[in-house]
Amino acid sequence: MSMRNTRIPAIAVVAAAALTAAACGSGSSSPKSAGSSSTSSNASNSASSSSDSTAPATMTWWHNGTSDPVLGLWQKTADAYHAAHPNVTIKIDPIQNEQFQTKVPLALQGSNPPTLYQQWGGGGEASQLSSGKVMDLTAAASSWIGDLGPAAAGWQVKGKQYGIPYDLHVVGFWYRKDLFTKAGITAPPTTLDELNADVAKLKTAGVTPIAIGSKDRWPDAFWWESFAVRECSLDTLKTQIPALKLSDGCFKKAGEDLTAFLATKPFQNSFLGTPAQQGAGSSAGMVANGQAAMELQGDWELGTMTPLTTDKNLNSELGWFPFPAISGGQGDPKVALGGGDGFSCTTGAPPACADFLKYIDSPEVQTQIAAKSIGLPVNPAAASALTDPTLQTAFQYSHSASYIQTYFDIAMPTNVGQALDSAVADFFAGKGSPQTIVDSVSQTASGNNK
Amino acid sequence: MRQSLHSVLLWVRRPRPKLRRRAELFVLLSPATVLFLGFVIAPIGIAVYYSFYSWNGYGPLTDFIGLKNYSDALSGTVFHTAVQHNVELVAFSLLLQLPLIVALALLLNRRMRGRSVFRLVVFAPYLLSEATAAIVWTLMLSPDGFVDKMLRSIGLGSLIHGWLGDPGIVFYVLFVVITWKYLGFGVILLLAGLQAVPAELREAAAIDGASSWQATRMVVLPLLGPTIRIWIFLSVIGSLQLFDLVWIMTLGGPAHASTTMVTYMIDHGYRGNEYGYGSAVSVVVFVICFAFALAYQRYVLRRDTDGALTRAAG
Repeated sequence: MSMRNTRIPAIAVVAAAALTAAACGSGSSSPKSAGSSSTSSNASNSASSSSDSTAPATMTWWHNGTSDPVLGLWQKTADAYHAAHPNVTIKIDPIQNEQFQTKVPLALQGSNPPTLYQQWGGGGEASQLSSGKVMDLTAAASSWIGDLGPAAAGWQVKGKQYGIPYDLHVVGFWYRKDLFTKAGITAPPTTLDELNADVAKLKTAGVTPIAIGSKDRWPDAFWWESFAVRECSLDTLKTQIPALKLSDGCFKKAGEDLTAFLATKPFQNSFLGTPAQQGAGSSAGMVANGQAAMELQGDWELGTMTPLTTDKNLNSELGWFPFPAISGGQGDPKVALGGGDGFSCTTGAPPACADFLKYIDSPEVQTQIAAKSIGLPVNPAAASALTDPTLQTAFQYSHSASYIQTYFDIAMPTNVGQALDSAVADFFAGKGSPQTIVDSVSQTASGNNK
Repeated sequence: MRQSLHSVLLWVRRPRPKLRRRAELFVLLSPATVLFLGFVIAPIGIAVYYSFYSWNGYGPLTDFIGLKNYSDALSGTVFHTAVQHNVELVAFSLLLQLPLIVALALLLNRRMRGRSVFRLVVFAPYLLSEATAAIVWTLMLSPDGFVDKMLRSIGLGSLIHGWLGDPGIVFYVLFVVITWKYLGFGVILLLAGLQAVPAELREAAAIDGASSWQATRMVVLPLLGPTIRIWIFLSVIGSLQLFDLVWIMTLGGPAHASTTMVTYMIDHGYRGNEYGYGSAVSVVVFVICFAFALAYQRYVLRRDTDGALTRAAG
């Protein structure tokens, strides 16, 4: 599942574990008790709109916002919904991001799963369906899911909506304008050739061109996947990734492009041991502190970088550009690599569950997601609340994308996605070939990649 | 009547010692037994059961694949690498750590100024949690971190490497950190063992003309035997189960260069959602550790623990 949202809570927990050797404590907090059970038809805000949510209900909510601003926002959202629907009580259980991997399978096996829980869509969501406990939200969301645009497709399995996103992520280059200027680069590269030229210029200027957090493996995968998205036609992406057979030559070509790119030695020294997000020595920290000029990362990177530096002017130093086009590639340069965060309801959930998800995607809540830079809002109506110009650039790109290809490891079943990440990471370390990356997917899918 | 009641009571009382003994055993042992069965034996059994299925953690176990998970693991190149790392770790521990520990323990057992400070310094790393040690060392070993700066300041800048980023050396770097972390434990254990070596024996050897080195080698070390054998046991089991430190410092990478059996298990079982396969790997790890423990108890520790862990009559 996703290792790449709410990074900061994850780091905080690692630090806490280091100090106390005991990391737990997901204090659950529930807003006020249900109070009167009057029918909730007072439409005082946009939270009330469903006609079904009249029966008293308690919903447990597992989300990964273990620290502010997400923690506070979700508490506020639950309180507001409860105020508008006094008969619906929401019991919040913030859970540390990485724990979802183990807690969700156990909960869906058990008889008392949470009413709604964090959902990253794609192959992980598809795997969860075999538990029979994930609610089909297609009908409940049919009247408003269209407002979210093409992004909602990432939470569909075989055309049915089993999860609803609340924010979007898009992968692109974060770069430092000051270091680009120092190297004499006047505009961000739009083609791979330009990128290569800029790497050379930065090296000449004595600047580490690109930082990468290869220790965590998935940043490596971003590179290979970005090359694949530019080399492969939209049709190939749409058919071969779900089929787990990357037989088109474009996927192998992506590995060959990567070989050539790695040969230019664009990354920092001993990047194989660099973490993506932890500490000033991480790839995020290097860009934040001006030790590297670029990083291929998600839109969340601003929030990751900010705590890793004392530079108050960080925001104005940073810029963003999408992965450049590759001449001769069959890919559409307007296809974005990305993903997002969402929620699923479980089968025992009351109708209020889907209604609550609708409220989360309403402009009222979406505006706050944007304003607090939690992510790119999934509802375009909230885009104007994005204050940071760099995030606005990223949002414009994702919003005008012809297709958002979910990160391959999330789009595929978890075991296949992890095998792919691992194969790409091996490739970065000099083990394997463009073909072994491609083969890792089909072999794992057929149960033979150990 | 009264007489007969008494005799009945006597009759009842007669087997009481045996019954009472059993009741006592039952009362005293049952809580531990229940916990042991519930939290040790049952999970092992369940892991064995899961290991026969291809299972991603969701839904019922329907895809029975027999021993395929085991054959996959045992024939897999990455798992072989992991096993090899664990075996190397055991070998390094015995060949490099043990002499170091014995030497330090003998040194710190001498009367000298500041002895307790030295003991504290050696023992302190063991008091840190493994996670703390891992994070501290990760920071020190990062490029331009403390280690690099120190090497440069003493003119050894040419020795600087990508300590955690070079697949060729990362495993040895981890071994140094592990040694730093666990040296103190072995030293404390051996210091305790040295207290049990009577000073008279050393004196007697000295009177008989033995040099200090001879007295150490012929008298002290043999008497330290039981302590050393216990340390070896703990060290080997620890080496086979190594996880936290590696996971935090390298996640088993780069390119599996520092993978151990347990990081491999977590990688596939949890991160890859291959619960059936992960269970099979965990069973393999368990069997290896269990076989070692049994064999070691049977052939090496038997005389040391005679009467304590084994029946006196055995």
